[in-house]
Amino acid sequence: MLEANNIAVLRGDRVIFAGLRLSVSPGEAVVLIGANGAGKSTLLRCLAGLVRLEEGSILWQGEEALADRAAHAARLRYLAHADALKPGLSAAENLRFWARCWGGDPGAALEAVGLAPLAELPARMLSAGQRRRLALARLALSPCPLWLLDEPSVGLDAASLERLGTLLRRHRAGGGMVVAATHVPLPLDRAREFRMAVAA
Amino acid sequence: MIALLQRELLLAARHPADTLAAVLFFLLVTALFPFGVGPAPDALARLAPGALTAAALLAALLPLDRLFGAEAEDGSLDQLLLSGLSGMQIAGAKAAAHWLTTAGPLLLAVPVAGAMLNLPVEAWPVAMLALGLATLFLSLLGTMAAALTLGARRGGVLLPLLVLPLAIPAVIFGAAAIEAAAGSVSPRPFLLLLGALVAAALPLAPLAAGAALRAE
Repeated sequence: MLEANNIAVLRGDRVIFAGLRLSVSPGEAVVLIGANGAGKSTLLRCLAGLVRLEEGSILWQGEEALADRAAHAARLRYLAHADALKPGLSAAENLRFWARCWGGDPGAALEAVGLAPLAELPARMLSAGQRRRLALARLALSPCPLWLLDEPSVGLDAASLERLGTLLRRHRAGGGMVVAATHVPLPLDRAREFRMAVAA
Repeated sequence: MIALLQRELLLAARHPADTLAAVLFFLLVTALFPFGVGPAPDALARLAPGALTAAALLAALLPLDRLFGAEAEDGSLDQLLLSGLSGMQIAGAKAAAHWLTTAGPLLLAVPVAGAMLNLPVEAWPVAMLALGLATLFLSLLGTMAAALTLGARRGGVLLPLLVLPLAIPAVIFGAAAIEAAAGSVSPRPFLLLLGALVAAALPLAPLAAGAALRAE
């Protein structure tokens, strides 16, 4: 179980959010909804341990999650806005590097996002939607309890959305948690909405 | 960490222009000296050790501002920080990759540059060794500076200003080693001093760079 306990984040002098509480239990999906600038992406980065908290804490199974950053990093996958692909490497080479960090089979992960036929193509030749699918393939590499997704469906076509839905269903059926920021409906059933307002 | 190093080397192999640019820069800078001071062999040989060291360090500086910049822009840095590698390991792999891909080819160009500056052939092996150590020191310092200036506006300008003053000892001992070898004196003490610089920077620079990456 992941809990954000009264967390606050500042950027410069500006408060992005304060006193925020959020909890996610195994198998649950939370969808972050809010206007641009409400701090959805920042909250996801906080939960990943990439942003310094001004106050509050993030708990994993009731214990301080960020006390051991390596252990926290090992239990989550973060899908950011940027796809984190190297244009000079092929789709398979891009994925193979992450597979060496996290384990898993790159071939099967490419299959799961329908990119297997394009495995040997350099990432710079892929379309925006295909690049997004390649970034999503990182999620399919190996099981991991927590997925933090920043607008996972951007640029995806209907068939890819369905594949994303399958990935998400399988992840949650195995007790995985999902926190996703989005502006459009995601292929997630029984998702809890969490509304965020722009801080004054 | 090995996986990251291998990825860096693969990327460098896919984009050989970056490596080639540093080598050509090194050769062009050393080629400018004969034009500036005139082709008198004695004057050039007198100048060669310092000119080679300074040119090699400047050339190795070129790719540094993209070292973490490219990773931060395409989102890879966040993923790397979540990959299970510590900041120190990421910085260590980056420094090693920078040295292998920039300094390695640079050292192969040393005989060409040495010949242009009338450096005695006996001094070439020592020149390669001294520049190898000096560039390793620079790779370590540069990785630290690249991590510190990441996200700063005009980071590309700030980086040489941070690194070059710290690299002065490497220039002194590097040039002294080459000069000793050219004058048939033992370059050993200078090479050992260069080695000491590298030994000091080897644990400290990645540690500082790793902390700077985390603080981003």
